[in-house]
Amino acid sequence: MIEVRNLAKSFGAHPVLEAVNFRIESGESVAIIGRSGGGKSVLLKHLVGLLQPDAGEVLVDGENIGPLNERQLLRVRRKFGMVFQGAALFDSMTVAENVAFAFRNQKHQTAGEIARRVAAALEMVDLPGTQNKKPAELSGGMRKRVGLARAIIYEPEILLYDEPTTGLDPIVSDSIDKLIIRVRDQLKVTSIVVTHDMRSARRVGNRVMMLHQRKMYASAAPEEFFTSTDPVVRQFVDGVADIKEIVI
Amino acid sequence: MNVFLNQRARYVLSELGQIALLARDIFVSALTFKVVWRDFVYQIYSIGVKSQSVVLVTGAFTGMVLGAQTYFQFHKVKMDTATLAVVSVSLCDELGPVLTALMVAGRVGASIAAEIGTMRVTEQIDALRTLATHPVDYLVLPRMLAAHVALPLLAVECIVVGIGASYMVCTQILGIEPVYLWENMLRYTHDVDIFIGLVKAFIFGGIIALIGCYKGLTCGLGAEGVGHATTEAVVFASITILISNFFLTLVMGKLVGLL
Repeated sequence: MIEVRNLAKSFGAHPVLEAVNFRIESGESVAIIGRSGGGKSVLLKHLVGLLQPDAGEVLVDGENIGPLNERQLLRVRRKFGMVFQGAALFDSMTVAENVAFAFRNQKHQTAGEIARRVAAALEMVDLPGTQNKKPAELSGGMRKRVGLARAIIYEPEILLYDEPTTGLDPIVSDSIDKLIIRVRDQLKVTSIVVTHDMRSARRVGNRVMMLHQRKMYASAAPEEFFTSTDPVVRQFVDGVADIKEIVI
Repeated sequence: MNVFLNQRARYVLSELGQIALLARDIFVSALTFKVVWRDFVYQIYSIGVKSQSVVLVTGAFTGMVLGAQTYFQFHKVKMDTATLAVVSVSLCDELGPVLTALMVAGRVGASIAAEIGTMRVTEQIDALRTLATHPVDYLVLPRMLAAHVALPLLAVECIVVGIGASYMVCTQILGIEPVYLWENMLRYTHDVDIFIGLVKAFIFGGIIALIGCYKGLTCGLGAEGVGHATTEAVVFASITILISNFFLTLVMGKLVGLL
């Protein structure tokens, strides 16, 4: 369970988040939408302690992670897996080394067991046999899949996706969406997907939340959210630049 | 003007404070034995083995030039055979560790800052953190330890090659009597000179890795940020080496009774 209370964050004189409140239950799948540069990725990074809030609290399973130092946060982060916008694969390593990174200091697993788990994770993201490739040899979609394999191999409780379909063609985006749904259903993880791809948000979330003007503006089930008559929601869902052009 | 000086002073103090915090994290990490020895060995190769050619060339030509210049002055007062003693003491105490450190700062300090900086701007460091790995344990500690080990070894190479090259110039080109030249060098070069050089090289290794890692971990966004961090790592490490060398000379001179 993740709870955010009155979260605020500024970069210099530029406020990005103000009094953001929400709660995500275990096993839920939530899509967080909002405009580019609206603070979605910043919000996601607060959930896993990559950024410290200026004010407010982030509670993971009831524990406030704000006062924890970097070493204490390592324990909390074992509950999370994160797929980054640019995949953030370690470019000096092969795909197999990237995916197996979480096991590099674990002495109780043999090389054979790790290789089997890597193969299973790559199979799950439809990339079997790519163990020896380097990230530079992969396409954008393949890199995101490897990023997902790296995030799921140690079976975290919560998966965070930072714009998983950005920069991908519609067919690859569709396959990534299906992959997110498959991982959610098979591993029974809590999924939080930050996106501004409406099709993706509609499909991967049991709930859609919208960040608007630094606050959590709306939160509803997809069918309710996408039929909303609220002009701000409609403007974003319909992709209309001028709010006056919206027909409700 | 006062506002500018105030801001500058705050910036410098803030940077020093952050470097001190990083040093504390490294110390804590070292105490918990978090170093992965495979990474440490790779860094020894990257910092030490790959720097050998540049350090050997620097040592050889510095030794040759120092030998020739010393001979030109000593020849006037008929002290030709003391030439290699001056070269040896200078290389052991000062030039060996300082020149080695400056060359390594240029090659390795820049490379560390660029590598870690690129990892930062491509979110690889955030990825490390989400994979429950402390960046200091994985990235900084192996480089710090490797630099502490590699620099003294490189300095010894630089000193040995410098003395050897100077000996060749003195005996083969300048025509100085080899036996007296060698005997005088042994008479005036003491164990403590070698010890001072090794201690300095050990400390300079830490300075290069610490500043390189710090600049990489705190670099700005984009290619410009990485470029800036790389330049600053080399400049700050070089200046810190030169300034700290003066104080180390004074402190160690006092400790070994030279002052």
